[in-house]
Amino acid sequence: MGLVANAGDSRAAVVDRPGAVAVAAVLGYLVLDLVVKLSGISVFFLGMQVLGGSLELGSLLSMVIDGLLVGLAVGLAGIGLSMTYSILDFANFAHGDTVTAGAFLGWVAAYIAAGLGTGAPIAELFMLNSGRQLSTVSTFVPVLLGLVVAGVGSVGVTLLVDRLTYRPMRAAGNISLLIASIGVALAMRYLIAFVFGTQTSGVASGGLRITFFGTVSMTDNEVTLLVVSLLLMLAVHLLLQRTKLGKAMRAMADNEDLARVTGIPTERVIRLTWILGGGLAGVGGYLLVLESGTISFNFGWILLLLIFAAVIVGGIGSIYGAMAGGVLIGLVDSLALIWLPSGLTRAAAFLVLIVVLLLRPSGIFGGVTTA
Amino acid sequence: MSVAESVRDRLDALPDIGLVAGFMGAIWAIMLVLALSVGGAEWANLAAGFIGSVTVLIGGYAILALALNLQWGYTGLFNIGIAGFMAVGAYTTAILTAPTDPAAGAVAGLGLPLWVGLLGGMLAAAVIGGLAALPALRLKADYLAIVTVAFSEVIRLTVNWSGLAEFSLFGRTLGTGGATGISFESANDVAGSLVNGVGAPVAAAFQGVGVSAPNLANLTYGLMLMAVVGASYWVFARLTNSPFGRVLKAIREDETVTQSLGKDTRVFKIKTFMIGCALMGLAGVLFRGQAGYISPSQFRPTITFYVFAALIIGGSGSNTGSILGAATFSGLLFYLPARIGENVPLGTRAPSNIVEAVAALGSLDPFPLVAYTVGNVSTLRFVLIGVVLIYIIQNQPDGLLGHRNEPAASVDLDRSRADLGGESDE
Repeated sequence: MGLVANAGDSRAAVVDRPGAVAVAAVLGYLVLDLVVKLSGISVFFLGMQVLGGSLELGSLLSMVIDGLLVGLAVGLAGIGLSMTYSILDFANFAHGDTVTAGAFLGWVAAYIAAGLGTGAPIAELFMLNSGRQLSTVSTFVPVLLGLVVAGVGSVGVTLLVDRLTYRPMRAAGNISLLIASIGVALAMRYLIAFVFGTQTSGVASGGLRITFFGTVSMTDNEVTLLVVSLLLMLAVHLLLQRTKLGKAMRAMADNEDLARVTGIPTERVIRLTWILGGGLAGVGGYLLVLESGTISFNFGWILLLLIFAAVIVGGIGSIYGAMAGGVLIGLVDSLALIWLPSGLTRAAAFLVLIVVLLLRPSGIFGGVTTA
Repeated sequence: MSVAESVRDRLDALPDIGLVAGFMGAIWAIMLVLALSVGGAEWANLAAGFIGSVTVLIGGYAILALALNLQWGYTGLFNIGIAGFMAVGAYTTAILTAPTDPAAGAVAGLGLPLWVGLLGGMLAAAVIGGLAALPALRLKADYLAIVTVAFSEVIRLTVNWSGLAEFSLFGRTLGTGGATGISFESANDVAGSLVNGVGAPVAAAFQGVGVSAPNLANLTYGLMLMAVVGASYWVFARLTNSPFGRVLKAIREDETVTQSLGKDTRVFKIKTFMIGCALMGLAGVLFRGQAGYISPSQFRPTITFYVFAALIIGGSGSNTGSILGAATFSGLLFYLPARIGENVPLGTRAPSNIVEAVAALGSLDPFPLVAYTVGNVSTLRFVLIGVVLIYIIQNQPDGLLGHRNEPAASVDLDRSRADLGGESDE
């Protein structure tokens, strides 16, 4: 009886939600294929390899770690995007360039702090040109200082941009705000290019390699990214759940007018949203540069679509969604390499974004706003 | 009265064709003055070069802005995947027309004539646009934006992929050329053959004053693009004043009302999307593939945002505004600052980075900072474009001509009720 009802349910599911069923089928195939690949078996059908192949457990683990690291930083940057999307109700296309701005401010500070005493000319240090590679172990204090400056500096940048651009148009529609943010993105990106030039500079490389379980290894810089982003995510969680500010933010995301009627100072909450989101974006950018080792004027802009993907997959407005979405998109971006040639992995991440938007626009963790 | 308003009032007084012609004439005059002041004996050739390049830019952006205006200005479809649809059109044309016996290292194509390639490119862009529109129509405007920009990146990454660089299909070898790009019959050659063929006497006169043949061909090409702009404008003006166009405007104002009047708005939206994308595909090959060569890096999302800037400056919802916006954006904000920056003599004291420039301020010498700024004006113009975009959306959201937004109704809704004979306190 129960079995029959179940079969009926699944038939209904196939008819009602063909997209979701197709996604589930693809996912099931990929998981099965991964298991078969790991066990080193190949399955052939009509002369074509349909399943399996070979994949070392070690290389799978290092791909997972790569994806996890990029995903954590993307998730960290995504928190701010998700918050402004739900509280101010617009897609902020300048968020990627806030990431870049924070990273540049932080790295200039770290570089100058590390180079002060070594006799290197200050202009070379400011332009990130001296060729020195920083790492958490060898230059702990400058790297930590840079982290703080990246956070504080990008808070300053976001507040300035909000004061000049978005605040005079609070009442405007979300498309007007979106277009204004495109203008902000252009202006910010090319101001950075004006000051620092358009070249890519190498600024960091791992100072120490730590091996786990004999097969997986991470550099000290990667461990820093992991630890700092996890700590910050925990802090955001506590802030939103345990403080009045968090409650006010969630109330505003739900209904701004109602929040104002209840006595919530909406303008102050908006400012705090920018502070939190901007600071996390800057720190995320700084950590990404620490992990990848290179910085250029448009790296945040290139990252923006990936951050959007994380936020949308997780569900707009959901902080935990942004974190989880970041990790998920990071993993897709890196694990797609198992099935796809290296030129197409980024395309796979964007396809995930498109599929989620079409099948479940509220995101995987959707339905919850700012919780 | 603000400056913008007085400019706008003066613009309003002119008929549309005079407005566009006057605008173009003014931009050409600026280019001529620039060439005269920096060119010396070479001024005629330099002027032809400047005017040719600026005309090609304006033509390209005007076609794109017109296409976007149909989708966004008239129907409210917020498409920011323009670069992707341009790439579909350009790559289809390139693959159809690339020679079957390519030079060493290049990719072979099908060797069809250029007009077949152009039609094929428009058709492919329309089909892909229709496919993209089909599921995307259910989405809110800002979600549609993100889907389309992601879609355009997927297209760019796909043509960039080495696996499609060269492949066999039904026994013929063809491909996208991957990251190295693809060469095909250039539309510029058509301009070149015009200059050398029918236009030979005129060309001789131009060459007599020192205009080089490539510059003359470029100028001719720019004028040909303007002819395409004119044709598109005529078609779109007919289209948007037709009953079809009224439905589009109604969808923009209130989709539910339009539906309740018995219009299947989805069909209208898909048709609009396809028409706009076809034109974007055409612009992809005529504008980006002018020299008979395209590569994936020409289709990055930034070009999409430039088209948006052009349309917003001109005013979405107005076809004439689209062309004026394209001219303002590409002529005055994009092209002119870079040419001025190149031609200002900086002397030998221009510093190589901003630290030295700012440090010189300490010794009360502003020249290094000025020189650095002028030397990097091609970077700074994008800051200017961003600031103009913010200024317009804050203070002048209708752009230069967007306030002439045509209402969805075919009768004048502004007349007061009293004029119609109703009672005044109705």
